[in-house]
Amino acid sequence: MAQVELDAVSIDFPLYHGNARSLKRTVVAAAAGRRLATDPQHRVVVQALRGISFALGPGDRLGLIGGNGAGKTTLLRTMAGIYAPVHGRIRVVGQLHALLDPSLGMNPELTGRENIMLRGLYGGLSRGRISQLEEDVQDFAELGEFIDLPLRIYSAGMVVRLGFALATAIEPQVLLMDEWFLAGDAGFMDKARARLERMVSGAEILVLSSHQHDIIAKWCTRVIWLDQGRIVADGEPEPVLQQYLGHALVRSENPLAAA
Amino acid sequence: MPRVLPVAGAEWIGYRATRMQLALQEGASRSRAFEPVLALSAELSLASRHHLARNDLTAAIRNYRLCWVLACLDIKARYRGSLLGPFWLTLSTAVMVSALGFLYSTLFRTNLHDYLPFLALSLVLWGFVQNLVTESCTAFTSQEGMIRSLAMPFFVYAGCIVLRNVLVLAHNIVVIAVVFAIFAIWPGWAALAILPAALVWLVDGIAVAVALGAFCARFRDVPPIVASVMQIAFFVTPIIWKPELIQHGRRFLPVNPFFSLLEIVRAPLLGALPSWQVWVSAVGYSAVICAASWVLFVRVRGRLAFWL
Repeated sequence: MAQVELDAVSIDFPLYHGNARSLKRTVVAAAAGRRLATDPQHRVVVQALRGISFALGPGDRLGLIGGNGAGKTTLLRTMAGIYAPVHGRIRVVGQLHALLDPSLGMNPELTGRENIMLRGLYGGLSRGRISQLEEDVQDFAELGEFIDLPLRIYSAGMVVRLGFALATAIEPQVLLMDEWFLAGDAGFMDKARARLERMVSGAEILVLSSHQHDIIAKWCTRVIWLDQGRIVADGEPEPVLQQYLGHALVRSENPLAAA
Repeated sequence: MPRVLPVAGAEWIGYRATRMQLALQEGASRSRAFEPVLALSAELSLASRHHLARNDLTAAIRNYRLCWVLACLDIKARYRGSLLGPFWLTLSTAVMVSALGFLYSTLFRTNLHDYLPFLALSLVLWGFVQNLVTESCTAFTSQEGMIRSLAMPFFVYAGCIVLRNVLVLAHNIVVIAVVFAIFAIWPGWAALAILPAALVWLVDGIAVAVALGAFCARFRDVPPIVASVMQIAFFVTPIIWKPELIQHGRRFLPVNPFFSLLEIVRAPLLGALPSWQVWVSAVGYSAVICAASWVLFVRVRGRLAFWL
């Protein structure tokens, strides 16, 4: 039985490098309304997540909403085991698949077939499963003879199709999905949606981060609104979405009042 | 309740893991036998940090096929569309060895028959060491995108660098073989002594890749320092000059780790067995490298992704 538990999870990003890079990060963070702070060792940190707690069980479909820089992607990365919490604890039971980066590990110099094999190996698939993956992806992405040519000569659409087909070929118990995934041209999305919905319905737990409220309302059974790394609201999709949209409306009408 | 491990099966193989250990099987997301558990906590004891680091290593070993394919595809991608492909590596080494061979044999007035095989071997082996060290500095920073979107064991990236350089070395062996054939050199049974030496190199390579990769991710000033150190090491280590050229204090050569580590591979291939001092030095330095690398990795593993 899949299970996700977060208990007072906080994530701080240290700003180590006293150069243009960290300066840029500081500015970006400040623009996003993130609070800068110093940790006990007097290092400057960006508090990306603060005291996040929730628990999910089989059948839960969680939607994450919030403005840019609210911490949605960081939260997904933390659940995927990429960032270790600075405070609190996290526990995920079940086979996990995180769709965070559309071009994950794809090498433009390699052929489509080689990229498919690589992705299969990244996913820890056996040889037999990898050839299944290859067929499945080839069917969906409709690459034809391009499958044996390097990615670098593909059209942008072909790369998107390949990336999407690869990412959706694995059926996990816990599916974490970032919003990039729902972007794409309309014609492709019609075809992609069926595949995506199959994958989503197969997963025991879904965590989806999106700005598309209609998708959140349609797919999710629970919504968490994040702002500046904190949970602002947590509950049924409709009231939380309304609250969030009302807040966004106020902010856009009167920026001074919101600040 | 989460079904962590099929209990009957666990008893059957005599697996006596405690709940705590199972909860820490983060790397177990690779194995499909039971539902993987990812448990991360801010307050980790030293023992659980060790456990996570060990899981990282074993998960990477289970993924050896991925390391190998990544290394092969790297080389393939680098030379796709070129006529000679990876044999450009061989050719450039061959040109380098013959040019330097003639130049230095004139400068140092040494016998070409003695000198050229030594030089070819030394240059090829040093090329491996230098590339390995240089690439280790970017082991994790160059994989930023991967590390931030997929929880792969960090040792996979280190293993990939080592295997890639082993492949490059394999292409360069042709040059050594040709030079040895021209000068009719046959190392004999002594050559078998490179087997333990190769193992030492492999383990050290992975340790260096992990340690430098992590260190350079945190301190971005380190790669240029490493490059300068390697440059100096190239001149102070007997690579283009033979160790016999040192008249006084030759017995202190094994103090230089580069010398002993090079010598355990080079000497057997030239038909001589390295002295015990050289072996002691090589194994001793390797132990230090591995221990330091492990301590560093255990300490920083959880923080690495934040530094990229």
